[in-house]
Amino acid sequence: MGEMESMAKVLVVTSGKGGVGKTTSTAALGAALAQAGQKVAVVDFDVGLRNLDLVMGAERRVVFDLINVVQGVAKLSQALIRDKRLETLWLLPASQTRDKDALTEEGVAGVIKDLRDKFDWVICDSPAGIERGATLAMRFADAAVIVTNPEVSSVRDSDRIIGLLDSKTEKAEKGQRIDKHVLITRYDAQRAARGEMLNIEDVLDILSTPLLGIIPESEEVLRASNLGSPITLNNATSAPARAYLDAARRLKGDDVPMSIPSDRKGLLDKLFGRRAA
Amino acid sequence: MRLHGRSLMAFVLSPTAPITDWLAALDKRSRTSPAFFVGRPIILDLAAVALNESQIGELITQLTERGVRVMALEGTEADQIGPSLPPVLKRGRQANGETVLPPSDKGVATARPRQRQEPSSLLIESPVRSGQSIIFPNGDVTVLGSVASGAEVVAGGSIHIYGALRGRAMGGSMGNARARIFCSKNEAELVSIDGYYRTAEEMDASLRSRPAQCWLENRVLAIAALD
Repeated sequence: MGEMESMAKVLVVTSGKGGVGKTTSTAALGAALAQAGQKVAVVDFDVGLRNLDLVMGAERRVVFDLINVVQGVAKLSQALIRDKRLETLWLLPASQTRDKDALTEEGVAGVIKDLRDKFDWVICDSPAGIERGATLAMRFADAAVIVTNPEVSSVRDSDRIIGLLDSKTEKAEKGQRIDKHVLITRYDAQRAARGEMLNIEDVLDILSTPLLGIIPESEEVLRASNLGSPITLNNATSAPARAYLDAARRLKGDDVPMSIPSDRKGLLDKLFGRRAA
Repeated sequence: MRLHGRSLMAFVLSPTAPITDWLAALDKRSRTSPAFFVGRPIILDLAAVALNESQIGELITQLTERGVRVMALEGTEADQIGPSLPPVLKRGRQANGETVLPPSDKGVATARPRQRQEPSSLLIESPVRSGQSIIFPNGDVTVLGSVASGAEVVAGGSIHIYGALRGRAMGGSMGNARARIFCSKNEAELVSIDGYYRTAEEMDASLRSRPAQCWLENRVLAIAALD
């Protein structure tokens, strides 16, 4: 049989700055795509500081990890962990005991290639920073989600990361363009209105990159994290979950009007017996 | 034309102590080929000498008097160097051989000088992102997008930015006092022409967030709104 070109899409979730919601967003987008029937692998590149297994609720099932696969100690199929709730969602965990120097470019290239053959989406959760871990997480990506908080330091770090996406990825080096999307997380409409946060227009003006979605600040996100469940699974009708579900549909190419879901409106809708779209 | 991932070839001068002897040796060499350094980008490698900021400034003045324009510093810590001195380079790579080679295609975010006969200007069609540095000693730089906070554009000639200037713009870097900087929205962290600079803090608030130009007037950096 001739080798068919894989239609898989490799997506890196990145930000430069830490603590802005990369891992939460990786889990939520991965689950949302799997909920839509796509076959998805989420890959934790944060070697040494792994978290995605916790947020996905798979921490007690980790046997092998990305480093084992990169170094040929384990097969990919041995390291992949299938989600208990969604059968098309898989996790490739990072190693907590190693550091990023254990990742080699050739090794990562091989793993990504194998994942492309098996999945529709390969979502790489990048570590913070601009060093080896982050550059290898983005290295083979077709598309990037840049997670940004509406706050100046986060926006500047995102801008830096966009520069790296445009110069250090394999696609960029071949002269091709990597698809870039900005995902604004922890957005608080009231604080933005009071001028305590950058507003959406300012963020997009600075980054001059298209918007994938706006995730409202919500305690539901932390609750889901602590329960080890992606927010789109844990509470699919909550405002942040709806925002992630919309963002995932936009990633698939659907035309979804941009809105900032709000829990208040959801509550009103419930009171009046209506259902949110 | 996209300009990611280009580099230029620069000479590296590595002074050794005592500096006076080293300058004498440089003078001796310059006598045999007087125009050797003219118009060439020079990087000053300070790894072999221990100089403070004012000593570095003095050394650069000495070199300038000899027709050597220092484009950037190496082998010293960036945080010790004030903005009046050339920027500090990191991870520069050794080129093969000691003579000037054609520009290579490797490296990041510096511009590639054109052949001498061509008009010397550089057009950047994409935004200049934080951490990127566009260095073009041979003429004007035009940026169609914005220059981000933490990014810099260094030009031997004038700088034209059609988006917002949120980072640094340094015109006339090879000693051209007639260079100017234009931007359609002034949010600059720093502007400088021929080494004379002004930081954001030293700019009048009324000049912020609007189109502006900067030029040198009697060795003072002037800024005025364009609208």
